[in-house]
Amino acid sequence: MSLLEIENLSISFGGLKAVDDVSFTVEEGSVYAVIGPNGAGKSTIFNLLSRFYEPLSGKLKFANNDLLELGAKDIARLGIARTFQNLELFEHASVLQNLLVGRHVHNTQSWWRQLLFTGSVVEAELEHRTKVEEVIDFLELAHYRNQIISSLPYGVRKKVELARALCIEPKLLLLDEPSSGLNPEETEEMGFWIEDIRRDLNMTVVLIEHDMSLVKEVSDRVLAIVNGKVVAEGAHGFVQSHPEVVSAYLGDSQ
Amino acid sequence: MRILFKTNYKQDLNLAKHGGHRFWYGLLILVLFAVPLIFDGYYIGEATRILIYAMAGLGLMVLTGFTGQVSLGHAAFLAIGAYTNAWFLAQGFSSFVALPMAALLSMIGGLLVAIPAARMSGIYLAIATLAFAIIVEDVAGHLSSITGGNRGMMVDVPILFGYQIWESWELYLFVLSILVAATLAVLNILRSPLGRAMIAVRESEVSSQALGVNPMKIKVFAFTVSAAITGLAGAFLAHYMSFLTPQIFGILLSIQLLLMIVLGGLGTVHGVFFGAVLIGLLETGISIAKDSLPSSIGGLPGIEPFIFGAILVGVIAFEPTGIYGRWIKIRSYMEFFPVYRRKSFKRQRAYLKTERLR
Repeated sequence: MSLLEIENLSISFGGLKAVDDVSFTVEEGSVYAVIGPNGAGKSTIFNLLSRFYEPLSGKLKFANNDLLELGAKDIARLGIARTFQNLELFEHASVLQNLLVGRHVHNTQSWWRQLLFTGSVVEAELEHRTKVEEVIDFLELAHYRNQIISSLPYGVRKKVELARALCIEPKLLLLDEPSSGLNPEETEEMGFWIEDIRRDLNMTVVLIEHDMSLVKEVSDRVLAIVNGKVVAEGAHGFVQSHPEVVSAYLGDSQ
Repeated sequence: MRILFKTNYKQDLNLAKHGGHRFWYGLLILVLFAVPLIFDGYYIGEATRILIYAMAGLGLMVLTGFTGQVSLGHAAFLAIGAYTNAWFLAQGFSSFVALPMAALLSMIGGLLVAIPAARMSGIYLAIATLAFAIIVEDVAGHLSSITGGNRGMMVDVPILFGYQIWESWELYLFVLSILVAATLAVLNILRSPLGRAMIAVRESEVSSQALGVNPMKIKVFAFTVSAAITGLAGAFLAHYMSFLTPQIFGILLSIQLLLMIVLGGLGTVHGVFFGAVLIGLLETGISIAKDSLPSSIGGLPGIEPFIFGAILVGVIAFEPTGIYGRWIKIRSYMEFFPVYRRKSFKRQRAYLKTERLR
C-alpha cells in the first residue's frame, strides 16, 4: 500500500515554475530518494509537503488524509517528521530540550495542569524522557545531552535534528540532504542509520540527496527532477544511467 | 566544582537540582520574609517597589524573554491591573475579588492584543504594543467616571478577611507571597511542554510548526499569562502609589520594564530579579544623587531616562547576556578556577537558517 501519494503537484514563484506537474508515490516501508541539480525544486516539494507553501494545483495524500486540508502545524500530528537543509534547531536550548519539543505532538496535559505541575504532568514528562532517551541511545547522542546547540559542531547538530524528528515517532520521515556538510565517515554512518530507521523503527523515508553513493546504498526507488519536472523514476541503476539525468548533471556531450 | 550523580530522570524535573540550590534558595526566601524585622518603613517601601517591578518584569519575561515577542507597551497591562484593582476596592469589594479581577481584566486586554499581534513580529509587534499602551493611557485619562481622569484617583488599602492592610511591612509580605507564587507558576510552565514550545517559537517558528507546535496558540498563551502577571503587579503598584494618574503608565515605564529584563539577562528567570533590583536601586540612587549634586546638573529635566539609556547601551555593547550572564561567567571562573578559559563563553558561529521560508 502506498503511504504517500503526490499527484500533478505544481507551484510557481512569480514566473518560475519551481515544481511542475510532479507525481510520485512512496510505498510503506521503503526508502525513496529525490535527486536533481541545485534549484531543481527538491526542497520545494518538501516544503509543500510540510504545508509551508500553498501549491498551485495537485493533490497530496498521506495514509488516506488529504494534506491540503491541513495547516503546517497539523502535519506532524499525522506522523510526518522532517529535517531541514540548513538546520532549524532551537539554538539557545539544550539537546535534551530540542528533543523534548519533538514530543510535543504526544502532549495531552492541559495548560493549568502544567501551570501547577501536577502528578500527571510529572508522569507524562518521565514518559517523554524515556522515549527521548531511547532516541539518544539509538543515535549515540548521550555525550551531548545537556549541551546547548550553539556550542555543538555541525555534524552533531545534523544528528540532533534527525533525533528530534525521530522523537515524533513518525510514520514518514523527510530528510533534506542528510549528508550535506558531513565527512565521508559520517556520511557512511548516516547511511547505516537510515537503514536502521527503516528496518528497526519501521519508518518510511523520503530523502533528498546529492551523494550518489548514499543514494545507491539506501534507496529502493529514485526520482530525478530537473527544473521542476520529473525526468526519470525507478530503480537506482535505471535513473543514474538515464540520458536526461546524465545531461542535467554533466551537460550535453557535444 | 559540583558533579551531580543522577540516578533517575525525575531528578531533572526538580526545581532545586541539588542540596546547594535547596539551601541557598531556601535561605533567600527566608531572608526576604525576614526583611521587615530588620528594616524600617522607608526601606521596606523601596523593597516593595523592587518586588512589584520584579513581578511586572516576570510577566514581560514570559512574553519577550521566553517567547521572543517584544512588547513596548507593558505599562498598559500595569494600568489595567491598577485601575481595576482600585475600582473594585472603591466599590467595597475585598482584595479577594479585586486582585483576581485585576489579573482577569488584564488577561482579557492581553488576549485582545494577542489576536492581531500573534500575526506580527519584530519591530511591527513593538510598534503595535506601543500603540496599545498609548491608547490605554489615553482611555484612562478620558474615562473620568471610573479612573478619575487626569485629576487622579485615590486607592483604598488592600482588605483581606475584613482586615485592612495599612502597614508597609504588611503590604511587603503580601506582595512577596504573591510574587513567590507567580515565580513558581512560571517555573512550572518552563519545565512543561508549554514552556518548551514557547522557547521553540522564539528560536524558530518554521521548525516549531514542523514539530506540531501551533505558534499562534503559543503566542496567545504567552500574551495572556504575561498580561495576567503584569496586571497583578499593576494592582500592587496601585497600592504602593496609593494615588493613580494616567501619566504614571507612560512610555517611560514600558521602556523601563524592557530595560530591566534586558539588563538582568533575557530569557532567564534570574534575570528578572537581577534587573528589578538594579533598576530599583538605580532609581533610589538617582533621586539621592539629585539632591546632593549641584542644581545645575541634578535639576536637569530628563536626567533619569538619560542614565537608563546610557546603561542600556553599555550593557548591550559589553554584556548582551545581562547581569545573569555575567554571573554565570564569574561562577564558572570560580568553579574551574585554575583552568578557566575566557573563550569558554565565546559565541560560536551561527549556521544559516532557511530564510527563504519567512
